[in-house]
Amino acid sequence: MSANAYYLPVGLPAPAPANDGLDKPYWEGTRAHKLMVQRCNQCKQYQWGPEQICNHCHSFDLGWAEVAGTGRIYSYERIWHPVHPALKERGPYLVVLIELPQAGNVRMVGNLLGDGRQEVIIGSAVEAVYEDHNEDPKNPFTLVQWKLV
Amino acid sequence: MSKGSIRGQVAVVGVGETTYYKRGESPDAEFKLGLQAILKACEDAGISPKQIDGFCSFSDDRNDPTRLSAALGIPTMRLSVMQWGGGGGGAAGAISNAAAAIHAGYADVVVAYRALAQGQFGRFGQGSTAAYAQGERAYTAPYGLMSPAQSFAMKVVRFMHDHKIGPNTLRAISMASYHHAQNNPRAIMYGKPLTEEKYDQSRWIVEPYFHLYDCCMENDGAAAIILTSPERARDMKQKPVYLLGAAQGSGHRAGAPVHNAGDYGSSNFTQLTARMYEMAGVTAKDVDVAQIYENFTGGVLMTMIEHNLCTPEEANEFFKLENLVVGGKLPLNTSGGNLAECYMHGLGLQIEAIRQLRGQSTNQVANAKVALAAAGPMVSPVSTCIYGTEEVL
Repeated sequence: MSANAYYLPVGLPAPAPANDGLDKPYWEGTRAHKLMVQRCNQCKQYQWGPEQICNHCHSFDLGWAEVAGTGRIYSYERIWHPVHPALKERGPYLVVLIELPQAGNVRMVGNLLGDGRQEVIIGSAVEAVYEDHNEDPKNPFTLVQWKLV
Repeated sequence: MSKGSIRGQVAVVGVGETTYYKRGESPDAEFKLGLQAILKACEDAGISPKQIDGFCSFSDDRNDPTRLSAALGIPTMRLSVMQWGGGGGGAAGAISNAAAAIHAGYADVVVAYRALAQGQFGRFGQGSTAAYAQGERAYTAPYGLMSPAQSFAMKVVRFMHDHKIGPNTLRAISMASYHHAQNNPRAIMYGKPLTEEKYDQSRWIVEPYFHLYDCCMENDGAAAIILTSPERARDMKQKPVYLLGAAQGSGHRAGAPVHNAGDYGSSNFTQLTARMYEMAGVTAKDVDVAQIYENFTGGVLMTMIEHNLCTPEEANEFFKLENLVVGGKLPLNTSGGNLAECYMHGLGLQIEAIRQLRGQSTNQVANAKVALAAAGPMVSPVSTCIYGTEEVL
């Protein structure tokens, strides 16, 4: 994917794995175009974002599960007022909150691909699109975006 | 008195604020603003600042009690308490922490305060320009989700969707604040009325519910509130106002990372208000006037519904300007609040609740006896207080 194919302009903060290593499997997964969600090895409950303990059974034995990159729109917003220099000329863009029924209804934040002015309907089915960023060879990363099915 | 209740155990005796400025326009340093507000609150109470022996603040206020105590020559500091959490979620919490300490005997005269100078320090409404985002921000900032407005808008969208509430409710909330600010010379928006047309034509910050006029201002200034025991209050200058009930906190996993709160479309008050009303010995029907923190108008709507001031089904009818102004069903944000008086992280709303019960508001509600003041919707923790006059006790 070339830089001008990104949904948002380059220059926004790049994601970096937390320095405690907690979310490394998620970011490595995105590079391989896999959607990884933290899951308790004991009670099997999914949780997101990643945490050091299972909020349900308090086990520290947490693993990662690859889940299907599909979901539905739980909420959304169309952002007009830019608060970052990289977005000054972008025009309106859509941020969506996606619920993953196949992973205990955890929610993930992304952009809804396509026209920033399109109508958005809560409950719409979406699928993940992996947006590879290689503009900085020292820090390549992949964002998980969403498109309507 | 119900078990463990603060009801009537602590009195508010002094309120003070500096001149309020647009962000970045204060001629004074933030610490000096804080000192000015504390001195004004002491003058209002008729006490010497050297009688203060406790300090409570919130939202990571930068003006720490050790420096304040030294600067004011306070002989004995007995209390320095910071309410955790950002935004204005701790404005009522700072007051209830002060009250709890007084009731417990840890301190006798406590000031709750907040000072802000965004020219001297950074702005709230801008995104970070750091090259990298770690932790929770790694999941939001690269997608252009950075500011408070952007962080809260999706909660409001979900709430409005779940309860089929329309956008005119939010316009009425905004207009109530501007309406009241026109009688309040302290207000930044004094002399700048808002019309339906002006609201409708204002630019979007975040669509579909945050026009420019749905968003709080950013300001410089400071505010302070002095609390003490009812016994000490009797010798002070003002008619005491009593804390009836207070609650702080949030519900199940309200702070779950990356927008995974259990009760997502919420102001986070659902688990607080029943215990506050029970403690206070009043119900929502007893509230004469409400000061509800406006970071964004959608937060006010949810806060009022979660305080049982209106049901979701009634909201489209209830949230009309005529119901929300003095003389209406429930006067709201009678100083102009965070939208039109000043964004002092909600401490100004607590002061306005107290002024109403003293009979000193610039938009006085006739015979007001019970005033509600809620802080910081949608953040975690949030906090809320209910105040009453002596005749309510």
